Amino acid sequence: MSAHAADAAIPHTVEPHPVTGLPNGKFGIWLFLASEVMLFGALFSSYVLIRTQAPHWPPEGGLSSEILNVPLATVNTAVLITSSITMVLAWASCKMGRIDRFRLWMGGTIALAFVFLVIKYFEYTDKFHHGHFPSTNNFYAIYFTLTGLHGLHVVGGIIVNTFLLTIGTRLWKVDRDHFTNRVENAGLYWHFVDLVWIFLFPSLYLL
Amino acid sequence: MSATTTHGHAAHGGHDAAHGHHELPFWRKYIFSVDHKVIGVQYGVTALVFLFFGFTLMMLLRWQLAYPGQPLPVIGKLLGENAMPGGVMAPEFYNQLGAMHGTIMVFMGIVPLAVGAFGNYVVPLQIGAPDMAFPRINMVSYWAFLPGGLLMLASFFAPGGAANSGWTSYPPLADIATTGQTFWLLAMVLLITSSLLGSINFIVTIVQLRAKGLTFFRLPFFVHAQFVTSFLLLLAFPPLEAAAVMQLMDRLAATSFFLPSGLVISGEPLRVAGGGSPLLWQHLFWFLAHPEVYVLILPAMGIIAEVIANNTRKPLWGYRLLVYSAIFLGFMSFVVWAHHMFMTGMGTTMSTFFQTTTMIISIPSVVILTCFIMSLYGGAIRYTVPMLFATAFLPMFAIGGLTGLPLGLTASDIYLHDTFYVIGHFHYVVAPGTIFALFAGIYYWYPKVTGKQMNQTLGKIHFWLSFLCINGVFMPMFFQGMAGLSRRLYDPTIYVHGRAIQSLNVFISWSAWGLAIAQLPFIWNFFASLRHPKAAENPWQSTTLEWAAPSPPPHGNFTTPPVVYRDPYEYSEPGRSSDFHPQFAREA
Amino acid sequence: MDETKYGFWFPPDVSTHGVQIDQLIDIVHWFMLILFVGWGTFFVYCLIKYRARPGHTATYFPPKAQFTKVIEVSVIVVEVLLLFGFSTPVWFRYKNHPPAEKDALVVKLVAEQFAWNFHYAGKDGKFGKTSEANMSGDNPLGMDPEDPDGKDDIVTVNQFHFPVNKPVIVQISSKDVIHSFNIPVLRVKQDAVPGARIPVWFQATQPGHFELACAQLCGLGHYRMRADVLIDTPEDYAKWQAENAPPPAEPPTSAAPDNQQPAPQK
Repeated sequence: MSAHAADAAIPHTVEPHPVTGLPNGKFGIWLFLASEVMLFGALFSSYVLIRTQAPHWPPEGGLSSEILNVPLATVNTAVLITSSITMVLAWASCKMGRIDRFRLWMGGTIALAFVFLVIKYFEYTDKFHHGHFPSTNNFYAIYFTLTGLHGLHVVGGIIVNTFLLTIGTRLWKVDRDHFTNRVENAGLYWHFVDLVWIFLFPSLYLL
Repeated sequence: MSATTTHGHAAHGGHDAAHGHHELPFWRKYIFSVDHKVIGVQYGVTALVFLFFGFTLMMLLRWQLAYPGQPLPVIGKLLGENAMPGGVMAPEFYNQLGAMHGTIMVFMGIVPLAVGAFGNYVVPLQIGAPDMAFPRINMVSYWAFLPGGLLMLASFFAPGGAANSGWTSYPPLADIATTGQTFWLLAMVLLITSSLLGSINFIVTIVQLRAKGLTFFRLPFFVHAQFVTSFLLLLAFPPLEAAAVMQLMDRLAATSFFLPSGLVISGEPLRVAGGGSPLLWQHLFWFLAHPEVYVLILPAMGIIAEVIANNTRKPLWGYRLLVYSAIFLGFMSFVVWAHHMFMTGMGTTMSTFFQTTTMIISIPSVVILTCFIMSLYGGAIRYTVPMLFATAFLPMFAIGGLTGLPLGLTASDIYLHDTFYVIGHFHYVVAPGTIFALFAGIYYWYPKVTGKQMNQTLGKIHFWLSFLCINGVFMPMFFQGMAGLSRRLYDPTIYVHGRAIQSLNVFISWSAWGLAIAQLPFIWNFFASLRHPKAAENPWQSTTLEWAAPSPPPHGNFTTPPVVYRDPYEYSEPGRSSDFHPQFAREA
Repeated sequence: MDETKYGFWFPPDVSTHGVQIDQLIDIVHWFMLILFVGWGTFFVYCLIKYRARPGHTATYFPPKAQFTKVIEVSVIVVEVLLLFGFSTPVWFRYKNHPPAEKDALVVKLVAEQFAWNFHYAGKDGKFGKTSEANMSGDNPLGMDPEDPDGKDDIVTVNQFHFPVNKPVIVQISSKDVIHSFNIPVLRVKQDAVPGARIPVWFQATQPGHFELACAQLCGLGHYRMRADVLIDTPEDYAKWQAENAPPPAEPPTSAAPDNQQPAPQK
């Protein structure tokens, strides 16, 4: 007998585990988010430390809300929150078997993410134009680093979502539940990215 | 009773199974494989190569310590005029060797071997799974590790050489150091990414993919150890990643996260904004690096547990105690980090907190060691090669752990901090501790991975020579520390207390070079044994699940998913003719 | 320097608090030895008694070992004792009860790559102002030449003089990277963190010539960042002060500049 061992599929890729109630991917994404909490948590803690140790903050005087562009950031907050809503609607469309609607809402999510980045681009270039760089002082350093890292995470989300919108949709034809799970997991990541911004916005711009 | 598997090879003959599965091209089968076993071997071989490279760096460094300022015969000239002008080591190069030895051994040697290799290969088999939960993420994890490692090595060719601010990379020194430090930071980002992906995979796999009947308290302790380790990696690494990003910003974007105002470097004021804190880096670094040392020891303890149970032919003593201790250890490891920072100007409140947590964390280590020693009691101990290493681990780990005590108490740490006592302490835990456990694991699981047995005589020579030499390397270091000798000194004879004990440096260096020679039988054995005849299917007569699959297991591991009927270490059950009762055997 | 006093164990202890540190290290090591020998004996006993041999089988059922609980509890008790009975009292006294500045010799120390700059206040007991702007090769501390308080200050490089039997407070800082102020014979060690000024104190019990060794990697010259520590009798210290005090300021003449900051000594 020369058969090789069956190409056994990995259990619980789609159907949830009876005890945890989770499919593998969802469990995995939650663990990933835990590590992301530690990453942004470390940066936030560093921000707290640097700010409380500074003789005055912002170091050049004035208020954070005067130095940073609060109206633009408020728009960005609305943009991200809306994109989380469209993300949920994308997932719901999958659940309801409506791939056409999925494309609409996912496309909307990606578009909103781009809007966020474009607004950030204007924010950043405006700062550079006025000669304010990360090296100017620690206020700008932490602002650029925190929002920069967040921005990179937005880019990551765009890449994942674009993949799901394009090449990834092939899975819809093979296994709808598997694809829906992937959309859900991407959604969890996206909500996290939104949540980080919800913390960033007041702590950097308003306080 | 027949095993629950067939005796196929891993798809050599290109058969088409029921699923229309194609024979994979070479590059997908062996290079970008998603099979946890191939990835495990990739990790293992790569990590061993890095480990030997890191070892070589230390051997070079030991020349300078034994014979300060003397030209190194033959090799000295080969390393170039920057590193070894006239064959004599330059202080900058010495510092590079020190920083890179530590970095490579920890991040590119031990963890990838203990977790990436052993964890990846053995865990799915021991839990009866066909592979890891996320095979492709597993593959990405290896392919982030290798470039990260290579980038780290490439730093030796950067202008000014490799990173030279210690593996600890403290700013402001690391902030203003040569280009090699930037390589270090970027390589760390890759290595941390690899680690994060791996840890997610391990946790999901262990929770979700266990075979039927395999409850948590029937898992081999090796799996528990890997499970806790994965949580440490998942949650402790990100702050170092954040810190690395900040140090990169300081170095590349001229920020001042870690640079206070008013710095004057070599007479020139440093033109940065200032307002940062060097201690911020230390907190972030040690927040990872302390759990990291438990990452270094836990998988080793896991391997020791397997080897001890198997070679004493009786169940482990205190299995549940071991599991709870490992979990407690993992939890506590997050709240002790500042014991590395006692001398930074810490006040009494903070130091009392961290001393207390440090004392508390010694308890689970003591419990684990006690359980292992108690496991010997009442056994029928077979001194196989893996068992020799596992046996030696126990007193070696005891020395390493115990010597942590005077370091964990601030008053004694005043004297011993940053001396060779520290180097002796942590090396005892990692070198004759973890590395011996890893050797035990290699000798133990080699038949599983290759289907062949390693030569036992060569193994015994490897063990005894290594055991002798390794103690020769590290035991004298405690005396050097007691004499007050600081670490990271290019020339210890500058100081009167260094001159007084310089003979120890000579002794240590020769022991280290002897240790290198002691590895030759192992390296030969490792490759030559591939040509041995096929070994028995379960040559150690072990009870755990990995031995239910053929050796080596085919893709998918088990033809039908195994079922587990009993605890992991049912050896020498009364009333049975065989002295072992595998977990996967149905008959009572 | 008497090289014979150094060997394979502690160097001489010439400080008032050193004996407590040495004592703690000794006690901890006795504790470690007892544990190691205890475990070790049992360990070797098992290795021999329970080795596999014909006719010998393993025992499946675990022994009920009450004594392991006893060991665990004793270890905890001893560690609590070490922590709260020995370590914290020493550390607390060290951190919370420094000598009063008026009773002590206060010295400012600025570490740099790769030298130790000691700044003494001189007879007036007041330190002259320093700033980065004034720093130069001759003026490593950046003493302000206009500051009258600084006129009698003494600045030394890699030479640390102080009298025996008197508390000394050293205010430690660094110009560039983290260094560490480490004098083994005084059992004193304190990181010199740039951007911070961290005090450390000690009192010497014997005069003599000893060494200060930087204990935090600070660059390629870390290994040679050494200073001479000269613990003087009160007479010798007074003599050293007198010899090294800068000459009193000359009344200004038309051509000669004011007598500026003292040049670094020795």
